[in-house]
Amino acid sequence: MKGIITLTVLNRPGVLNRITNLFSKRSYNIESITVGHSEQEDISRITVVVQAEDEKDIEQITKQLNKQVDILKVSDITGQSIVARELALIKVAVNPQTRAEIYSLIEPFRASVIDVSKDNLTIQITGESEKIEAFIELLKPYGIKELARTGTTAFLRGMQRSSQTNKVVSIL
Amino acid sequence: MNQKTVLPEKKGEKTKKAGADFLMEALRNHKVEVIFGYPGGAVLPIYDKLYDAGIPHILCRHEQGSIHAAEGYARITGKPGVVIATSGPGATNIVTGLADAMIDSIPLVVFTGQVATSVIGTDAFQEADILGITTPITKHNYQVRTASDIPRIVKEAFYIAASGRPGPVLIDIPKDVAVLEGEADENPELYLPGYQPKIQPNYLQIRKLVEAVSGAKRPVILAGAGVLHAKASESLIAYAEQQGIPVVNTLLGLGGFPADHRLFIGMAGMHGEYAANMALSECDLLISVGARFDDRLTGNLKHFATKATVAHIDIDPAEIGKNVPTKIPVVGDAKEALSQLVEQNGKKAESDEWLDQISKWKAEYPLWYNTESDNLKPQRVIELLHEYTKGDAVVVTDVGQHQMWAAQYYTFNKPHAWVTSGGLGTMGFCVPAAIGAQIAEPEKTVIAVVGDAGFQMTSQELAVIAEMKLPIKIIIVNNQALGMVRQWQELFYQERYSHSLFPVQPSFVKLADAYDIKAFQASTEEEAKTVLQKAFALNEPVLLDLRVEPGENVYPMIAPGKGLHEMEGVKP
Repeated sequence: MKGIITLTVLNRPGVLNRITNLFSKRSYNIESITVGHSEQEDISRITVVVQAEDEKDIEQITKQLNKQVDILKVSDITGQSIVARELALIKVAVNPQTRAEIYSLIEPFRASVIDVSKDNLTIQITGESEKIEAFIELLKPYGIKELARTGTTAFLRGMQRSSQTNKVVSIL
Repeated sequence: MNQKTVLPEKKGEKTKKAGADFLMEALRNHKVEVIFGYPGGAVLPIYDKLYDAGIPHILCRHEQGSIHAAEGYARITGKPGVVIATSGPGATNIVTGLADAMIDSIPLVVFTGQVATSVIGTDAFQEADILGITTPITKHNYQVRTASDIPRIVKEAFYIAASGRPGPVLIDIPKDVAVLEGEADENPELYLPGYQPKIQPNYLQIRKLVEAVSGAKRPVILAGAGVLHAKASESLIAYAEQQGIPVVNTLLGLGGFPADHRLFIGMAGMHGEYAANMALSECDLLISVGARFDDRLTGNLKHFATKATVAHIDIDPAEIGKNVPTKIPVVGDAKEALSQLVEQNGKKAESDEWLDQISKWKAEYPLWYNTESDNLKPQRVIELLHEYTKGDAVVVTDVGQHQMWAAQYYTFNKPHAWVTSGGLGTMGFCVPAAIGAQIAEPEKTVIAVVGDAGFQMTSQELAVIAEMKLPIKIIIVNNQALGMVRQWQELFYQERYSHSLFPVQPSFVKLADAYDIKAFQASTEEEAKTVLQKAFALNEPVLLDLRVEPGENVYPMIAPGKGLHEMEGVKP
């Protein structure tokens, strides 16, 4: 299963290394990881999408992460009401025949063209991973020349559905 | 919340000093009694300050020796062992010790030198990325960037190493940082928002456990090294006695519960006692205290404690449910949890029948070994050691057969008298660790039980024993083989003894003599008694080369992949 874990960490040297190290040490797979500043100075926010066997695995990952001195907070937001976004840049081949067709795909996905040249277009798309994957599938027949994805970044929505409150490790 | 900076504004007076001076002051502030170290280029500024700092320093003959000695010291005292090594090879030589301390939760504060900040990353002479290398095998590590950070980092390191679940912390100090001056408050406030070990257990979980005990018919306590780290032996005895629950120990937990206590069953695990393993297999309530369900303890997890409700008391929440599904998780300090359980004074389990069953197992399947041959039996050696030291010695071992025999036959009645490399299984651990143990307990008899192979991995530390006249009794259980490897090759690899036999060995007696250490050899029980008597009569280091039955195997045992109830070699 896919799990989404968000972390707030002290912005210290080596902190990202510690986290990725922990995943490899415990033999867990990172599907994507995004890192950036948070609303607080010196504190970064990390979103990790992991491939895990089951919920127990994800719980074990969060517990191990929690032990790290530079990690302030670990939240497993898998299956909760979240806002999750990813950005992808896609360079796709065009010719006079396909140009209009590709433009017609862009519109419904609310993607945008950010660079144009004689025989290719660079498209930027943001959204949940599934949407991006669907878009990539649609573009594939035209010939994708280059693709770059940022990985998911996410947090909880302001309002949680009542049945699913923020999961905290119960034994603490 | 809009916090501006992570670190609070510092209070208190600032002083101006060189990095190495800050370090000396910090070591004194933390009442460091002894440093185990080895100098080198990158730590020259630090060693220059150590020259007249008034802090005792033990010069082991190899950095691996330094760190194992620090481990021996920490295992006995519970205080962080302090190590200094230089950059590059000095630092990489301590890697094994760090991994050993990490897996066995031993508090260490380790300082490594580093090349100057201006050349870090240029593959400079004796440069190694020790931070990168040690990240997975330290509880935390730091590289100091300015001298003024030293007081804060050292304070954090000592706190992190010794609190919560203990472990090693490494501080990497570039050479220029040790030399340059900085300005800092030498007693900064601790501020570690991401590190708050939970000491107090949750009351509701304690109540759950009390209720589980009251309804149990076959309860058992599995006591691990956490009991020793928390100094919780007395609480454990009080709880077991109050509730009438029998106790088994893990290898590292030996001594946490007295072996001569009526409720003690024995050590469990791969080479544990039959009764202890059966108790874990058959129990209906398993209360683990400070143990981490290592595979050498549980055997095949599919067959482990299948009938039991599992309660797990541990200071590290990540250990709970890691290997064994747990119904009652209690996160907190073992001593706190056990004292609260005693206070609750819940209804006792109805365990009379169960205790009878355990006594029957113990009577029916005691530890045994074959006494037919005239050769000296290694098990007998350990029994003799117990006799001659009245069970009151600190026993330090290496790894392998002799380690298992020592665990089985020495019978530990008191805590903090057992030093062994459990999780990592580090050969070469014994001799240096015994040095640290003797320094920690100068008045006690320290015996270093070591195999002939492991002894040769760190025998250079005999120089330290001789130099400091440490009255350690080194007992080489000499079977001229890598005994445990040989045993497994005999049992599981059709007796193909691939590179596990040592037909050529140095004369250990002559080797000891070269270091001016008295040494004797024995190959029969009578001879062994004579040399042991001689050794324990002398208040100085003695090495004994005891030639034991070469083909002796450790029994009983659980073959790989088997469950605890499938022990082999339980009877002659």
